[in-house]
Amino acid sequence: MKAAAFDYARPASGDEAVALLAAGTGMAKALGGGQSLGPMMNLRLAQPDSLVDLRAIAELRGCRRDGTGGMETVLIGACTTHADIEDGRFDDPSRGFLPRVAAGIAYRAVRNRGTVGGSLAHADPAADWVNAMAVAGADILVQGPAGRRTVAAAGWLQGAFTPALAEDEIVLGVRLAQWSAAARWSYYKFNRKTGEFAEAIAAFVVDPARDLCRGLIGALDGPPHVIADARGLLAALQAGDPAAADAELVAAGLPPGSYEHHIHRAALQRAAAQLKGNA
Amino acid sequence: MNAPLPETRAQGIGVALPRKEDDRFMRGRGGYVGNIRMVGMLDVAFVRSPVAHGRIRAIEKPEGSEGAVYTLADLEGVQPIVANSGLAGFKNSAQPVLAGDKVRQVGEMIAMCVAENRAAAEDIAAQVFVDFDELPAVVDMLAARRAGSALVHEEWGDNVFLETFIDADLDDIRSKAAIKVRRKLRTARQSMAPMEGRGVVAHWDHRLGQLIVYTSAQMPHINRTGIAGCLGLDEGQVRVVAPDVGGGFGYKGILLPEEVCVAWLAIKLGRPVRWLEDRREQLTANANCREHDYDITAYADSDGRLLAVDCEATVDSGAYSSYPFSACLEAAQVGSILPGPYKMEKYRCRTWSVATNKPPILPYRGVARTGVCYAIETVMDAIAVQAGLEPWEVRMRNLVLPQEMPYDNITRKHFDSGDYPECLRRAVQAIGLPALRERQRRGEADGRRIGVGLAIFCEQGAHGTSVYHGWGIPMVPGREPVTLRLTPDGVLEIRAGVHSHGQGMETTLAQIAHEVLGIAIDKVRVLLGDTGITPYSTGTWGSRSIVMAGSAVGVACKELKERLIKIGAHLLKDEPAMVTWQAGAVVSPKGWKRIADIARTWYLQPQLLPGDVDPRGLEVSTTYQARRDSGTFSYACHAVVVAVDTALGKVELLDYVVVEDGGVLINPMVVDGQVYGGAAQGIGTALYEEMRYSEDGQPLASTLADYILPGATEVPAIRIAHMETPAPYTEFGQKGIGESGAIGSPAAIANAVNDALRPLGVEINQLPITPRAIVEALAAVSAVSGNQGRNA
Repeated sequence: MKAAAFDYARPASGDEAVALLAAGTGMAKALGGGQSLGPMMNLRLAQPDSLVDLRAIAELRGCRRDGTGGMETVLIGACTTHADIEDGRFDDPSRGFLPRVAAGIAYRAVRNRGTVGGSLAHADPAADWVNAMAVAGADILVQGPAGRRTVAAAGWLQGAFTPALAEDEIVLGVRLAQWSAAARWSYYKFNRKTGEFAEAIAAFVVDPARDLCRGLIGALDGPPHVIADARGLLAALQAGDPAAADAELVAAGLPPGSYEHHIHRAALQRAAAQLKGNA
Repeated sequence: MNAPLPETRAQGIGVALPRKEDDRFMRGRGGYVGNIRMVGMLDVAFVRSPVAHGRIRAIEKPEGSEGAVYTLADLEGVQPIVANSGLAGFKNSAQPVLAGDKVRQVGEMIAMCVAENRAAAEDIAAQVFVDFDELPAVVDMLAARRAGSALVHEEWGDNVFLETFIDADLDDIRSKAAIKVRRKLRTARQSMAPMEGRGVVAHWDHRLGQLIVYTSAQMPHINRTGIAGCLGLDEGQVRVVAPDVGGGFGYKGILLPEEVCVAWLAIKLGRPVRWLEDRREQLTANANCREHDYDITAYADSDGRLLAVDCEATVDSGAYSSYPFSACLEAAQVGSILPGPYKMEKYRCRTWSVATNKPPILPYRGVARTGVCYAIETVMDAIAVQAGLEPWEVRMRNLVLPQEMPYDNITRKHFDSGDYPECLRRAVQAIGLPALRERQRRGEADGRRIGVGLAIFCEQGAHGTSVYHGWGIPMVPGREPVTLRLTPDGVLEIRAGVHSHGQGMETTLAQIAHEVLGIAIDKVRVLLGDTGITPYSTGTWGSRSIVMAGSAVGVACKELKERLIKIGAHLLKDEPAMVTWQAGAVVSPKGWKRIADIARTWYLQPQLLPGDVDPRGLEVSTTYQARRDSGTFSYACHAVVVAVDTALGKVELLDYVVVEDGGVLINPMVVDGQVYGGAAQGIGTALYEEMRYSEDGQPLASTLADYILPGATEVPAIRIAHMETPAPYTEFGQKGIGESGAIGSPAAIANAVNDALRPLGVEINQLPITPRAIVEALAAVSAVSGNQGRNA
C-alpha cells in the first residue's frame, strides 16, 4: 500500500511546530524518525492531512547538561536517535543503562532513524523507551500552545498508544538526573526474536546516593507498572522467592496462572538476578 | 595454424563454482517485475473483502471515478480459474477472478481500481462501497467437516473437496502389537514469504498482436496457458515473461486472479498496467500454505518394529482450488507419502481436503512432506519411548535397507537408491549423541533443558507423467524440453522452460554443458523464464529442474557434440572416428578445431562444410524423460540440539546437522544453499510462523511484525554432510533436493523440544512451538502435579 496524500512542513522552531500542529486541528501529525508513523501511513492506518517534521528544530537535537533544583541533570533532545544513544554520541548520565536499552531496540536500520521523542510520542507499551524512561525516573519535556510543561515518564502512558501529549504538543526531550557512581541497573527484555517488540520487560534501577530502588514491569497491555520502592521485592527475588513478585504482577494486571504472568515473573527474576551479578 | 587449446578448468559436474548470476544479484542489478517502467503505465489497486464469508448485495463505484473501477460484471467473457482434479469424488469449483455474488475469504478481490499511480488507485479503492450480507464463517477444518457446518460452496452439501481412503484390515495388527501410540498433531497455517512478492505488468503489443505479461512466476508457460484460457485468447497471442524472480517456494507456481485481471485491463485500456503485491496482500489474502491436522496411530512390536500406521489426516484447503495444482495437492499426497522411509506390514489412511473461508492453500516448499515428516517422526519417537530405545535405534530397525534398493514401499513409491541407515548413523555421530545424553544428565548451569531430536525422510522429486496423470489436474508433466544454439563465435545458448528463483540454474545448467562439451561456463548463456524464447515446460516445481532440465541439457549437448565432431573432423580432413573431443575442441593428430571455429564455419563459411553435413545445423531441440519417471528419492537426516528455557518457553537451536544424499551433486555449493534456505524455512515452521484466524475468519497477522519469520539470529550455523548415491534413472545420477531442507527441520526440532521436556511430563503436539505453548503446557502439568518441580 501507499500512503494517502499529505502536506509536509519542516519548521525551524518548537513554536512554529506547535502552531502548525494547532492549525491542523487534529489532522496534523508530528514526525520524528518515522519508524512507526511511516509504516502506519503506508498501511493507511494513519492518514494525517499534514506532517510536521521536527528534525530541523535545533533545540530538539543533541544533548546538554543542565541543573534543576540543585541536581545535575542531562537533557536528551527528542530527535536524538536510538543509534546516537547506542553508540554513546551523547552525555550519558545513566552509567550505561540507556546505551544498553538502545542497542536492543528493533534493528540497526530502525535505530539509525528512530528517535527517542518519536518513540515516546508513539507510546507503544511494548517499546523500550516508555519503559526504560519510566524506571529511570526521567522527566519528559513537552511544548504546546500554552507553553512548556514536564511530565514524569512513569506517568507518561495514559493507555496503549495514548501518551500524556495533546495533538498540538511536541516532545522536546527527556531529562534525567545524573546517576551516582554507586548506581546499578538491570533491564531484561523477552521477545520472540531479535528485534521484535517485547512480550515482557523487567528492570531495576538502584542508586544508593539518591536513596532510590525502583522496579518496573513493562510491555503490558497498558502503561508500565512502576514499583517506586522495590527493595523488598528485589531482596525476595534475589533470595530465590519468585512468589514474592505475585502481588506486583497482579497489580500490573497479570492474572495468576496466565502465560503473561509466567513470563513477566521470569523476566523480573532475571532482572533481579542480573542486578545481583552487578553488585 | 591453430591457436593453442585453452587450459581446461574444472567447471563441470561436482565443482562448487560461484554462481554466474550472483554478479548481478550481489550488485543489486537484478531485473524484477518491480523494476519495469513503461511509458503510460497505470497502477492497479484491488478492493478486497473485509469479511470472510458473505453475499454481495451491491457494489457502488465512487461518483466521478466510475470509469476507473471494474467489477466482475465489467469483465465480460472472462472465465473463472478452474482447477479440478479427476480423482474420484473431487468436488468441482470455480474461482471467479473478481468476486461474483459471494465472497469466501478475507482478501478476496471484489473490484479493480486503476489510476496514474498506486496511491491514487488506493484512494479510489477506499471509496468503493460494498454492501454485504455476512454469512457464518467456516474457520476450523475439523468443524468444517461436521454436519451442520456453514457451507463454503453451498452446492456441494458439505465442505469436502476430496476424501481419499487407503484401507487395510488392522484387526490382527491390533491384537498382536505390543506397542500402540496415538498422537493428535496440528501444523499451523503459514504464509510463504519470498522477499519479492507477486507482481504483474501487462501490455498489448500491436505489432506482434500479443499480450505481453511480465509476472513474477516460476512456471511461466503454465501461467500463459492459464491466462489465455481465462481471457479466451490463443496461446500464441500471449507471451509471459518471468524476469528475475526473488524467491518462489511454490507461491509463484500459481495462476493468480490478479494476473488475469491485470492482463484483461491492459487489453481493455490499451495501456501498460501494473499491479505489485504488497506484503499485506501476500500475508492476508494470498500466500497461505501448510495447515494440516493428524490423528495418527502407530503399532509396533516390543522391539519397536513398525507393524502398521493408521491415520486420519485433514488439510485446510481454503476457499478455492488453485490453478494448476488443485485443492487436493496436499491431502492426496499425505495419503501416499506418510509411511516415510520405513517398512511396515499394513497401512491405512483417510484424508480430507476441506474447504474453509480462508485463502486457498498453495504448494510451499516441501508440499505435504513437511507435515507428513512431522507426523511420522513424532510417532517414531513415541514408539522409542514405549520400547525403551533411543530414537535412532527405533528408526534403524524400520528403515528400508540399502540391499533392498530399489524398493517399492507400502504405497508403491519406488525408492530408487540410497543407504538410509548410513545417513542416520552419520547424523547421530555428527551430532555427538553420547555426549549430549551425558550433558542432559548433568543439567545446565543456566537451568535450561537440553534436547536432541532427529528426523529422517526421503523426498520424491522430479516425478513425472505416471505419477501425475492419475490426479487429473490441469497440468501433467511430460518429457522436458531444451533448445541449444551456438552463436557464430561459439557461445552456447541454452533455452529451457524451467525457471530459476534462487536455485542457481544459470550456473548448474552451464556446468552440465561444460561437463559434456568442455565449453567454458562464461561462454554459456542460460535463457529462462520467457515463453517467447524458451520451449514449453511445466516449469520449476517439485524439485525437478536439475533432474529434468539438467538431464535434457546433457542429452542435447551430446547430440550437439556429435554434429560438431562431424564438421570438425571434416575441417581437419580426418574421419569422425579418428578424432577425439578434448577441452571444447575436436582434436586429431593434424590439429584441432574449437567450437568457435566450427560455429563460424557453419554460419559464415559454409563452403567449407562437408557435403553431407547434418542439415539441422548447430541448433538442437530435444526432450528428456528419466528412464523411470516415478521420481528421484533424495533423502536426509536432520539432527538438532535445542536448549529450552522452561520459564519463558524460548527455544534456542544449539547445533544443527544435516546429512543429505542428493545423488550426484552438480554444484555442491548450490545444494548447500538449498539446504540452508530450506532449513531456515523449516525453523520458521517449527518455532515461529503462524497465520492465526479469528472465529469470524479474520487473519490475525497483517505485517511481518505480527507474522514472525526467523531472521539471521534465529538460524544457527548448519553443518551439512553429503552422501552421493547416484540416481539409477537420471542422466548424471543427480536427484532433486530443492525442498529437502524445509521437510526435516520441523520434525527434528519438535522431537528435540519434546526430548528436553519429556522428563517434565510434557509433550507439545502442535507447530509452531511457541513460548506460550511451552509455558502453558508446563503450567498445566505443574498444576496437576501440585507444583512439585521448579521450572526455571
